[in-house]
Amino acid sequence: MMTTSAPSDSSRPSLFQRFKSRRLGRWLVIMVPMLWLAAFFFIPFLVVFKISLSEAMIAIPPYSPLFEWDPDSAFATLKVTFGNYLFLFESRFYLDAYLSSLRIAAISTFFTLIIGFPIAYLIARSGPTMRTVLLSLVILPFWTSFLLRVYAWMALLKKNGLVNEVLMSIGLIDQPLQILQTDFAVYLGIVYTYLPFMILPLYTTLEKMDLSLIEAAQDLGAKPWRAFCLVTLPLAKPGIIAGCMLVFIPAVGEYVIPALLGGSDTLMIGRVLWDEFFLNRDWPLASAVAIVMLIVLVGPIMFMRNGNKEGL
Amino acid sequence: MSVSSVMPQTTSHEKLNWRQNDAEPFVRIEQINKQFGDFTAVNNVSLDIYKNELFCLLGGSGSGKSTLLRMLAGFEAPTSGRIIIDGVDMSNTPPWERPVNMMFQSYALFPHLSVEANVGFGLKREGLPSGEVQKRVADMLDMVQLGHLARRKPHMLSGGQRQRVALARSLVKQPKLLLLDEPLGALDKKLREETQFELMRIQEELGITFVVVTHDQEEAMTLATRIGVMNNGVIVQTAEPHDMYEYPNNRFVAEFIGNVNLFEGTVVTDERDSATVHCSDLQEMVYLDHGVSCAPNQSVSVAIRPEKIRITRDAPDSPHNRSEGVITDVAYMGSQSIYKVRLLSGKEVRVTQPNVYRDSGDRLTWDDHVYLSWEPESSVVLTS
Repeated sequence: MMTTSAPSDSSRPSLFQRFKSRRLGRWLVIMVPMLWLAAFFFIPFLVVFKISLSEAMIAIPPYSPLFEWDPDSAFATLKVTFGNYLFLFESRFYLDAYLSSLRIAAISTFFTLIIGFPIAYLIARSGPTMRTVLLSLVILPFWTSFLLRVYAWMALLKKNGLVNEVLMSIGLIDQPLQILQTDFAVYLGIVYTYLPFMILPLYTTLEKMDLSLIEAAQDLGAKPWRAFCLVTLPLAKPGIIAGCMLVFIPAVGEYVIPALLGGSDTLMIGRVLWDEFFLNRDWPLASAVAIVMLIVLVGPIMFMRNGNKEGL
Repeated sequence: MSVSSVMPQTTSHEKLNWRQNDAEPFVRIEQINKQFGDFTAVNNVSLDIYKNELFCLLGGSGSGKSTLLRMLAGFEAPTSGRIIIDGVDMSNTPPWERPVNMMFQSYALFPHLSVEANVGFGLKREGLPSGEVQKRVADMLDMVQLGHLARRKPHMLSGGQRQRVALARSLVKQPKLLLLDEPLGALDKKLREETQFELMRIQEELGITFVVVTHDQEEAMTLATRIGVMNNGVIVQTAEPHDMYEYPNNRFVAEFIGNVNLFEGTVVTDERDSATVHCSDLQEMVYLDHGVSCAPNQSVSVAIRPEKIRITRDAPDSPHNRSEGVITDVAYMGSQSIYKVRLLSGKEVRVTQPNVYRDSGDRLTWDDHVYLSWEPESSVVLTS
């Protein structure tokens, strides 16, 4: 990516020129993702942040402007309110919603890890042909719409759905179980949907692990299970962390799954956000909810990043 | 490459168990077979290894040497046959219960553990108190001169240091048998030579029986008390390094270890203390000072090492064991020179001569007409 624009009469560019052009090239490479992030993350974030500092009103757009022009003087007054944030902390409802989201996301992440690890391990240890087949099976669900798959779960879990029919026909239960519209259905939906995001990073770390390390552990007197705990698991740590982040972070803000599979008492921040935006049309409060959610997520992200750095 | 740098074995004579007929073998490998599907990796191998030996399994890739080593470690179960270590049948004992440790070719150091923790890993599995673990780890690290690096992670070490950590880790449990898979393969030449001597020192100091797998014949010659050459899953010859080089018992070993000139021929006379062989590439008979116990007219190969052939401008006196030709290539190597000589029959012969004089004035060179000759004891007759 050398972009030496100044044509020099000598065939060789001077050291200074080369230094400059290299720096320019480096900047160009970095600029592209930077611009992307600025345009699609940072600026929208600022817009949301700006709205969160205003007051709701019945207007188009439905919030008070940040600057108010006083027609008598030449000055604009900056109108900023932290009322929305204060309201969030005063009301028990929002705190509960945050905690409930974190809890549901954490429990789902845990089960995704418990289920995903053996699958990733199996794929990483199988032969090259089998590995390709299994990997494509993991990715295959992405070929159908996410929404469609959640609807399919609704059909499976409802009162006269397949799951209840089967359980009743084999005599395990007399009455159909209430599965849909429970927290259990939400866990099921999240674990099912996010499983590939756990399996793929786990597979990547397990696949590149040197198998002779496990043999070495066994050779030194560790039984297979000990060898797994002492060698495989610590070495899979980067994959575990990456997988957990990929599941936990979107699960906290998940809206569709709790809305479709969860009951009215399933409290998740994604649903609250939607309700504030579209039912109450309180954009400033909804924006504050979104900003606080982002801040809440920064904590675990930083924690996991540090853990990852220590790993290797 | 020559094997003229063969080290004299420093082992004292009474320790050479394998030379005594009544000695009890320490490791017995009895008719071991290993099949991978249709492929026979190890084919009916029997081998006795004695206490304090440094036994080298030498062979090319796919010769079955690594599979045999892995069966000794317990990573592969033999399809049939038995492995007995120190009197106990270990054929179906898992690796974590064998009194055997292995140094892996890749070293297999745990990347998430410090040098200390790597070396202490095996001791901790034995449930030793942490004070003793620390002491033994420290002693072992001192022995391989890595005490100052105890807290480093493996990725912060050089290749040679990593090799010594791997060695320390495999020795610290004081195994009855230490297996080394290409222990010097990843080191550069100079370091390899130093480490060879260090390995021999440690082996004598600790009195542990070593089995080394290598594809490097020079390494095997230097290290080993005995060598087993493997080819296609079979041990073709087991001998001490000197005997392996001077008295190979088949063509494969003769060609695999060092360089050799092979002449196809037929036995003409065969008596108790002499034999003659006619080779089509040589005008004169090959005369040997020992019998070859062959049928007359049996076709054999005569093997002569390059350094055992004299190369002269003047015709030798002897009527046997001579030939003549033209020098087609000369390689000056410093301590010695390698000559390629085309005989009258067209066959190329390799001859090496030490450069005894700085400038002999009359140096042999390209297109010189020369005579080759050798002693009756210098050639080996191979029937297989």
